Amino acid sequence: MNNYPAIVVIAPLLGAFFAGITAWVEDRFTYPIALMALGIACCAAIGDLCIVLTSGPIQYKMAGWAPPMGIEYRIDALNAMVLVLVTGIAFLNLVASYQNVRQETSDRTGAFYVMYLLFVVGLTGVVSTGDLFNLYVLIEITSLSSYTMIALGDKDRGALASLNYIFIGVIGASFYLLGVGYIYIKTGSLNMADVASMMPAMAESSTMLAAFILCILGVFIKMALFPVHVWLPNAYSYAPVGFARIVAPLMTKVMVYAMVRLMITVFGFDYIFNTLSLAEGVVWMGTIAVLAGGIMALSQKNLKKMLTYIIVCEIGYMVGGAWLGNTLGMTGAILHILNDALMTFALFLAVGNMVYKLDRVDISDLQGLFAKMPWTMGGFVLAAFSIVGVPPTCGFFSKWYLILGAFEAGAYHFAAALLISSLICAVLFFKVFEVCFFEPMSEGHGDHGHAAVAMEEAPVSSLAVLGIVCVSLVVVGLYSGTIVDTVITPLLN
Amino acid sequence: MTDFLALIAAKYNYWLYIVLMMIGLYAMIAKNNLIKKLVGMNIFQTAIILFYVSIGFKHDATIPIIQGDHGHGAAHAAIKAADYINPLPHVLMLTAIVVSVATFGVAMALCVKIYQRYQTLEEDELRMRLSEK
Repeated sequence: MNNYPAIVVIAPLLGAFFAGITAWVEDRFTYPIALMALGIACCAAIGDLCIVLTSGPIQYKMAGWAPPMGIEYRIDALNAMVLVLVTGIAFLNLVASYQNVRQETSDRTGAFYVMYLLFVVGLTGVVSTGDLFNLYVLIEITSLSSYTMIALGDKDRGALASLNYIFIGVIGASFYLLGVGYIYIKTGSLNMADVASMMPAMAESSTMLAAFILCILGVFIKMALFPVHVWLPNAYSYAPVGFARIVAPLMTKVMVYAMVRLMITVFGFDYIFNTLSLAEGVVWMGTIAVLAGGIMALSQKNLKKMLTYIIVCEIGYMVGGAWLGNTLGMTGAILHILNDALMTFALFLAVGNMVYKLDRVDISDLQGLFAKMPWTMGGFVLAAFSIVGVPPTCGFFSKWYLILGAFEAGAYHFAAALLISSLICAVLFFKVFEVCFFEPMSEGHGDHGHAAVAMEEAPVSSLAVLGIVCVSLVVVGLYSGTIVDTVITPLLN
Repeated sequence: MTDFLALIAAKYNYWLYIVLMMIGLYAMIAKNNLIKKLVGMNIFQTAIILFYVSIGFKHDATIPIIQGDHGHGAAHAAIKAADYINPLPHVLMLTAIVVSVATFGVAMALCVKIYQRYQTLEEDELRMRLSEK
């Protein structure tokens, strides 16, 4: 029996434990420990993926206890893919953030790395667990560590943004917990597979309906779907850079994963789309989220804030796509989890590099940045193209599936929203490019010839990671057909 | 009307948790003081804990500990599930209580941090201070 599913979660947990102890003695040693723990987790996740792709889903019984008594970790192709994504991004971000962390939270680097590891423990746990209550506890571990990390950020507003996040996060998690309670009343089981096997007999039950609505509502709040997104922009833009660029790509995406998992594994398509008639309403919510996110992003003056509103917009894509009720839409939504995590990561990496040099990233501060930080801006442009949906990058392919799904389901409003939001994103990013490309007015405009601006790049480690992620954007785009065939299609059939 | 009252009386534990939850939610939304909001948050979480504890309960049932005359004899006695309160929801709530205490602690620490910086915990004043910057 291989132990990869456990190692993915345990390695960061033990890492956090040892890093916490060494932080008392000497702050410097926490970084290598964190790096090693995440490296091991990443290797184990890749091992998981290889096994799942060759020999089918893994059922891992924690400590050998079988499901009704014990907690089961069930890894199928979807989990395995998201696990590789989570641990990979966490590892790369740790490599890239060393200098940022030293610059921003120099007095508590030890605490930063410990909380960072615990955050990864929560995320990997949410992704791999097959138990409904376990999912709640791991969501709360993730949230608790992100509350503390966000409070480490901006001196003026960090604590307040974090406190608002706590209030809304607690409401979301509590709704989910309540839903699990209703499921337990009706089925007497907390194991996802068990509940799924009892689901067809309970399609008419109003208790199950209440459970379904509460669970999904809780997950919606945690992933910041439009009307309940208010916590996200402040929390993510005031967090320290090293944390913002892991929480922004991963937290919301993992919650979307949790929603997809609830839909596929626990309640089942048959119940959601044939018995209930909620799907159309949720697609409308997704449509509104896409448009509202785009419009609110247009009004932002700060680059970080603008990107956080783009996340709100992307959440709309995934929720709308998942609820379209056909395979194409769900394929698009799952593919977009992968793509959006990579795109957002690349964008926030670039912004992190800018913050390292410029300190403030209001859009008007970015003048002449193409000359000053050409490599960072190169990565930023590629990631922006991917968000807009320019063909060879990965953003195009998931949008393609989503639009096809929308047409098949007859949800033309959703397709229209997708196209309009792509245009809005194009406008947004070209606004930024325009400011960055032209020289500052004070240095004699129209005089492009002289190279007065010295090149001031971010540390090599950050740039190298940005390069890797940008290459992966194109590679994932080119191989998206293979990903759909090997990972997503077998899962949905 | 009597039907409605009977409905409330029969499922009073659910009504109680809903009322508590709404009190908590009201405090979180309407109160101006951050500590009062936190208290509301705690009431909200406690309501859910009460809900879970009440779903494990059965009439005329006892604690889920096997009562035999002597240590080994107990194992032979047939265990009737109807005689015992379901312990699982209670065990789950141990974890949920830990989570809620941890959240409350983090939130309190943040309140301390905010107070040290702004000398106030009233939300409108905080908003005024922030807009001055």
